[in-house]
Amino acid sequence: MTALTSAGTVLASSSSSPLAFWSYFRDHLHEDLTFLWDHVYLSLLPVVIGLLISLPLGYVAHRFRWTYPPIISITGLLYTIPSIALFVIVPPLFGLKALDPKQVPIALTIYSVALLTRVVADGLSSVPEETRLAATAMGYGQLRRLVGVELPIAAPVIAAGLRVATVSNVSLVAIAGTIGLDNLGRLFDIGIQLSTPTPYYPPIVLGIILCVLLALTFDGLIVFGNRVLTPWRRAVAR
Amino acid sequence: MAAGGGSLMSSVFTWLNDPSHWRDDPSRSFIGIPTEIMTHLRFSAIAIGIAVAIALPIGLVIGHSGRATWVVSVVNAVRSIPGVGLLVLLAVIISPHFHGRTDLGYLVPTEIVLVLIALPPILANTYAGVDAVDPEVCDAARGMGMTSRQVLLRVEFPNSLPLIFSGVRSAILQVIATATIASYFPLNGLGRYIYDGFHQQDYAQLVSGGVLVALLAVLVDLAMASIQRLAVSPGVSGRFSKRRSAPADAATGSVRIKGEVATG
Amino acid sequence: MIRFESVTKQYPDGTVAVSDLEFEAASGEITVLVGPSGCGKTTSLRMINRLIEPTSGRIWLDDEDTAKIKPAQLRRGIGYVIQRAGLFPHRTVLDNIATVPLLTGQNKKHARARAMELLERVGLDPAFAKRYPAQLSGGQQQRVGVARALAADPPVMLLDEPFSAVDPVVREQLQNEFLRLQAELHKTIVFVTHDIDEAIKLGDKVAVLRVGGRLAQFATPAELLSRPVDSFVAGFVGRDRGYRALGFAEAGALPLSGESPARLGEKVRAARERARDDWALVVDAEQRPQGWLAVGGLPDDALDGEITADLLNLGGTLARESGTLREALDAALSSPSGRGVIVHDDGTFAGTVSASQVLARIEERAAGVRREAVDAAAAERGRAPAGTWAGDEP
Repeated sequence: MTALTSAGTVLASSSSSPLAFWSYFRDHLHEDLTFLWDHVYLSLLPVVIGLLISLPLGYVAHRFRWTYPPIISITGLLYTIPSIALFVIVPPLFGLKALDPKQVPIALTIYSVALLTRVVADGLSSVPEETRLAATAMGYGQLRRLVGVELPIAAPVIAAGLRVATVSNVSLVAIAGTIGLDNLGRLFDIGIQLSTPTPYYPPIVLGIILCVLLALTFDGLIVFGNRVLTPWRRAVAR
Repeated sequence: MAAGGGSLMSSVFTWLNDPSHWRDDPSRSFIGIPTEIMTHLRFSAIAIGIAVAIALPIGLVIGHSGRATWVVSVVNAVRSIPGVGLLVLLAVIISPHFHGRTDLGYLVPTEIVLVLIALPPILANTYAGVDAVDPEVCDAARGMGMTSRQVLLRVEFPNSLPLIFSGVRSAILQVIATATIASYFPLNGLGRYIYDGFHQQDYAQLVSGGVLVALLAVLVDLAMASIQRLAVSPGVSGRFSKRRSAPADAATGSVRIKGEVATG
Repeated sequence: MIRFESVTKQYPDGTVAVSDLEFEAASGEITVLVGPSGCGKTTSLRMINRLIEPTSGRIWLDDEDTAKIKPAQLRRGIGYVIQRAGLFPHRTVLDNIATVPLLTGQNKKHARARAMELLERVGLDPAFAKRYPAQLSGGQQQRVGVARALAADPPVMLLDEPFSAVDPVVREQLQNEFLRLQAELHKTIVFVTHDIDEAIKLGDKVAVLRVGGRLAQFATPAELLSRPVDSFVAGFVGRDRGYRALGFAEAGALPLSGESPARLGEKVRAARERARDDWALVVDAEQRPQGWLAVGGLPDDALDGEITADLLNLGGTLARESGTLREALDAALSSPSGRGVIVHDDGTFAGTVSASQVLARIEERAAGVRREAVDAAAAERGRAPAGTWAGDEP
């Protein structure tokens, strides 16, 4: 439905060249901003929830070494499944209807957990044994040691994983646009539908640009956050 | 239209078990599962083949010489471009030039996008793999009289195989995934079931398509894992003793995610 | 023979790593390059096989200028051993050793057979052949590294701190085995280390370099200890120079006093009767010294027992007849009875010697050395030597 109304207003307005994406943006400000907001929400929420689930799960895999192979195998398996396949498989497994919008955040959360669990487990394992022992010897209880010593040291590794998770989520959410769900991916759908008979570029180009900007912004925020939280790494002369 | 959970699942089972879905039926212009699987694999294999042919040598040379590392960063930036968007963009640009043979009009942009998607993981991991080889080992190799090329091919390459394989496997998965999306256009492949199911509101077909793609991806990855086990020297994979999987390196903040390397 | 002719290495940013270095590493000898960090020893070594190119000067390999030989070809004729072996992780130990022969196109079976020989020669069990480097300890990896360097039977070998990365016990074993190998093989060896004791122990000749890559002194270890050329070398060689120099002086014929040692299993009483003081030396059935038995002050009931190993004091070290004054002095000083035990080369008892006897020999020798120095100085000034004395060393 949205495509038809957009088509209506678009035919009335400007050129179809790729560089006209800015005027397209202004003409459809409300709709596009809604898409953008949906996209932000759909990209970030799964990573946040995913991290909250991965932290304990990764910790278990790290602490109880015998659980590492099964946990990592299962998460590895889930990560192997292509995103669009995961999108459409989620509804029957979770009792949703076939094209329920909720499938996107659920599937992406599964993805994020699959990715981040191993990152957390390996990040914690990378803390040097001597550091861990020293902390225990100084009287840190297990929880305090985890929060005060091990996680901060593992932070850069986890941050790297978060970057990959968020940036790939931006792309994956766009894919959901091809099966009718609302986000920046819909711009591609709109562009295709309006591209007969002659190519109509603006929404497509706009979609790509916004996705790239979004990905770069998230990436930058995580790098910044990592730098803020780990000031000791900056202090080391490289 | 199938309602939630249980009945959707059972209709998926029914769909998959229906023998007519495993045969081509030109009268209803339905293409059977085996054919679609082969088509899907063909698209993917072409793209992977091209990507490996390009990225592997370049990655080896950059890793060996240590120069032009900016190439890796630039190619990595491609990762942040949404595959769907690129697909749509290129299709819109290219397909009008192929009047009549519409298939090719969509095939060309699809293969281009698939190659672009496969390049970053292969290049990044090949470079990282060569870079990670112990410099002392390379020094010993040179000191023993190996030429530069011999050091690269006989020492650096075999020792980078685990990371290279991880990169290739990661690329394969992404290609299979994106090839599925290519059926958004009138292209065949397992994605055909997903998008036809979507347009026809035949949700059993939609979900079955997803199941088939998932199975294909998992099986291909398992096959690659077996090949990796055979191809990589036990001395490198540590397959002889109980060694824990290579941990991330907290000092450099880099991490191997299913073999892909991202740096923090 | 390897000869450095005015070799200099200067980097583009101005740092001078090696400055006008000249010395000759004789064929069949071990020449050690030693010095503090930044003295250019590793740089000099790597210029021999052209891993680093000199800025100026020439390096001669016998009578060929190394600059005129193609680098890869040059290196295949030179064995190269580095600190942590640098073994190829992806190849088995056997294939690692066979690297250069295979590289030069030798028959695979041949190369592997030779590799197997070398494996045993460096003291490793044949079972190691099929293992991978990651399964070996540091010391074992180093041995494989040496075997690998020997595989093509190169006349020249370069070793860059090969024993630094292992613990001291393993290091000493490796050093001793290295000397044993060299005694068999007589290769021309250039060896880099930062450890002056290692240099003195292993080197036939030692080149001491100072920071900035300038040669401070090139001499035999004995000369280095007794006549350091300036305060830098003296300081680098370190303390205990006099004592350590004894390690280079052959004991020669020491005045051994016979004593008839007791045997394991004999009665304690018999030992006490034969003993000349409070201590009796005990040997086994093959006349090999086992330790000292304290026979003075024993209660009467202990006299009826047999001599067993747990009764013995093991404090003294053993010195070989053909060994050095240092060994002999140490045997005397560490012995609980004050008599140092001297053994034949096969380990059987030769006799005992007291600390004062060893010291007398040391003083004789020192006097001889001083005489020689005076004569040498006089000869330099063109005058006749001071004359000979009766009582010269035979």
